[in-house]
Amino acid sequence: MFFAQLPIYEQAILALAAGVLLLSFFMLAHPRIYSVIKLFAWQGLVLAATTALVAFDSQTPHLYISAVLTLGLKAVFIPWLLLRMVDKFEMHHELDEIRRPGLTLLTAGALVVFCYHTTLPIAELLLAITRNVIAICMSVVLLGMLMLVSRNKALTQVVGFMTLENGLFFAAVAVTKGMPMVVELGIAFDVLIAAVIFGVFFLHIRQSIDSLDISRLSRLSEAERE
Amino acid sequence: MNLQGAMAAIGLALLSSLLALLLHGRPGSQRLLAFLALGLSAAASLVAGIAALSTGQAEATTLPLGLPWLAWHLRLDALSGFFLAIIGLVSLPAAVYGWGYCRVYDDAPARLTPMLAFTGLFVAGMQLVLLADDAYAFMIAWELMSLASYFLVASHHERAEARHAAFLYLLMAHAGGLAILLSFGVLAGFGGGFDFASLRASPLNPLWAGVCFGLALAGFGTKAGLVPLHIWLPEAHPVAPSHVSGLLSGVIVKMALYGFIRVVFDLIGEVHWAWGVAVLAIGAGTALYGVLYALVQSDLKRLLAYSTVENMGIVFLGLGLALIYLGNGQVFLGALAFVAALFHALNHACFKSLLFFGAGAVLHQAHETELSRLGGLLNRMPWTGFLFLLGCLSIASLPPFNGFASEWLIFQAALQAGSLDSGVLRASIPVAAAVLALTAALSATTFVKAYGIAFLGQARSPHARHAREADFSLRLGQAILALLCLALGVLPTLVVEALGRVSFALLGHDLPSATAHGWLWLTPVAAQKASYSAPLVFAGILLAVAAWAAVWLILKRKRRDQPVPRVPAWDCGFGELSPRMQYSAASFSMPIQQIFRGVWRIRADSQPAQPEPGLGHAAYRRYALHVEDWLWQALYAPLAAGVLAAARRVALIQTGHLRHYLLYSFFTLVLLLWLLR
Repeated sequence: MFFAQLPIYEQAILALAAGVLLLSFFMLAHPRIYSVIKLFAWQGLVLAATTALVAFDSQTPHLYISAVLTLGLKAVFIPWLLLRMVDKFEMHHELDEIRRPGLTLLTAGALVVFCYHTTLPIAELLLAITRNVIAICMSVVLLGMLMLVSRNKALTQVVGFMTLENGLFFAAVAVTKGMPMVVELGIAFDVLIAAVIFGVFFLHIRQSIDSLDISRLSRLSEAERE
Repeated sequence: MNLQGAMAAIGLALLSSLLALLLHGRPGSQRLLAFLALGLSAAASLVAGIAALSTGQAEATTLPLGLPWLAWHLRLDALSGFFLAIIGLVSLPAAVYGWGYCRVYDDAPARLTPMLAFTGLFVAGMQLVLLADDAYAFMIAWELMSLASYFLVASHHERAEARHAAFLYLLMAHAGGLAILLSFGVLAGFGGGFDFASLRASPLNPLWAGVCFGLALAGFGTKAGLVPLHIWLPEAHPVAPSHVSGLLSGVIVKMALYGFIRVVFDLIGEVHWAWGVAVLAIGAGTALYGVLYALVQSDLKRLLAYSTVENMGIVFLGLGLALIYLGNGQVFLGALAFVAALFHALNHACFKSLLFFGAGAVLHQAHETELSRLGGLLNRMPWTGFLFLLGCLSIASLPPFNGFASEWLIFQAALQAGSLDSGVLRASIPVAAAVLALTAALSATTFVKAYGIAFLGQARSPHARHAREADFSLRLGQAILALLCLALGVLPTLVVEALGRVSFALLGHDLPSATAHGWLWLTPVAAQKASYSAPLVFAGILLAVAAWAAVWLILKRKRRDQPVPRVPAWDCGFGELSPRMQYSAASFSMPIQQIFRGVWRIRADSQPAQPEPGLGHAAYRRYALHVEDWLWQALYAPLAAGVLAAARRVALIQTGHLRHYLLYSFFTLVLLLWLLR
């Protein structure tokens, strides 16, 4: 089945899904903390747009609420919270460079291929549109995890974590036409609370080690020290 | 009816535990009532055990306890009756003894209450082990027994060596429990049920039967203290309070024996003679290793603990003979060796708890069990000294005491090896018999040393010099056991006849020939081959004592007219005789230590003489021996080091960096996705 043969809305959904994945790649490798947060806001916006489109395409009105929630939380509120943190800590020009960007991006590409490979048996049961989308969602999840692993600063790690959540949410919206409303509301609030708690943690970390560099948090180890 | 009696015994033991908890803070009544309930429990189990043994009938019931689909099956047959009687025989004097012994803990209720509570649980656990008729109830009871005794070993937890011993005991008990569980698992896997009836019916092929046997040997052998799994025993038994030491050494190792017999002779049923060779070799090695280490110990309770290792070796040697004969179809000889092993187990329970009680009385009065600081106690503690002497005579297997009767029976069983077909077995069994003879001789030396150094000569420390006779209850507890030792030794025919019922129920053969000549003569195989009359030996001893008493009475008048002069002993004009001029524990065993010197790892500390100023003061050289278990260094220390090194290597992945832990999750997720694919 070719891309051009799909109905126009579905083509749009796929294009937006690709945008989500592309933004994940950007976030993975971008050295400036400030820009990473902005990219995350863009991802939220694209995600909200996709959700609204799915709601329109599949005539499921409750997805509109999801779209609004996503827009409010992930495109506006959480990025605003994080940016305020950046302001407060005066980290506008601070970098969180990953050590080998080329290798990381290649790994990320391999992960996307791996996800397509993994979802193959599931995708055969599904429609053409969701076949691509489920692989993309999984890739976003894994890229989020990769970001968690490769980043050094607490702020960018939180962005990685939120990206991971974006992937899960996207999978729920695109493949199953959204989870029940109660569950989605619950998750939205969880994410909100998590963002607030992370903010508190940043303050504490900052106060105790005078930096947000988590690679310095390594004293709690079960290994005997020689 | 008997089963109800046994269940009542368990209930009374639990009641003893409960009373100890309820009466916390009132030590006088707490001690009295808890030990009273324990004594009643012991009496009930003694009566129920002897009744079950004499009828030879099995009784079974189920209790609505445990898992919903697996009620507890209880069963009392001749074998469990015999071991129930052993528990009763030892716990009854232990309750009498403990009542007096625990008086020192009256002002420390925080120590007394757990001690009493766990003693009751411990005895209840042992009784339940014997009644259990399914693997589930058995394991519950077994662990109850192990854990309760762990807390008893850890009674003096403020001392580092007690904590160390208790931890080692717990570790080994768990390893052993695991092996037992796996052994039941093999049987249950083929039998399709957990009750002993379906385990008994499980069709095992020879390979799985061998695996099951090996696991049972390792599991129960750990509890019984077979070399090389004995390592915890000489640590754990001495550090417990003495009335518990007696129970540990006298009874809990017998529970291991019971479990082994139950699994191998009863549940597996079809024995292979090669198993017998393994048990024989391990038993002989254990006996020799145990007695050699007992010989060089300088602590009385530790010496007794190593002697327990030795005696369990002798019992397993007898069981090995039984397995060899049964595997070769010689059922009669198998029954003979089996009965001999059980008889020795009974005897060991009596004399070893007697000796531990004696050592406890010494510890109670002289605050010391180190032989190099004891001495001359017979003058100050005549009753304890006399009863301890009876225990020593029994364990050194001198007629007419009980140790001789059972070891003689094991010898008789070993000497029938000529009737086997295999030449190898015919040649190797006499070697085991020779090891047994050597063990008996070394054991006699050991107890000459223990008794001579502790009770004879002069006191080596102020504590020993000022010791007083133990309380009445301590003496009574020992006296019951000493009388038992004598009675079992003088009337072995009655015991053998009763044990014949166990072997009849289990092996389908008893020993009619052993008691064919009445109660006077014990003739294991036939009167022409060998016979022993303990009553006649005893009568001869009584006659000799009577003759001596007659002469003493006749000469009484003469003695009054011409009293024997009593003067100080001649001291070569060197100076006053001092306790340092006696044989010490180390010097007594030195000749044998020289012969077998490769066996031990002995560190000798010898400090040069420091001359003191002034005339007439000799300069003494100080000499101290430290014996360490060779197997500890050869086997356990490398094992422990290996485990620690492996743990340290595993700990390398614990870097403490958050990102590394995230990476592990990431890899796991990717791997799982790949596997899912």
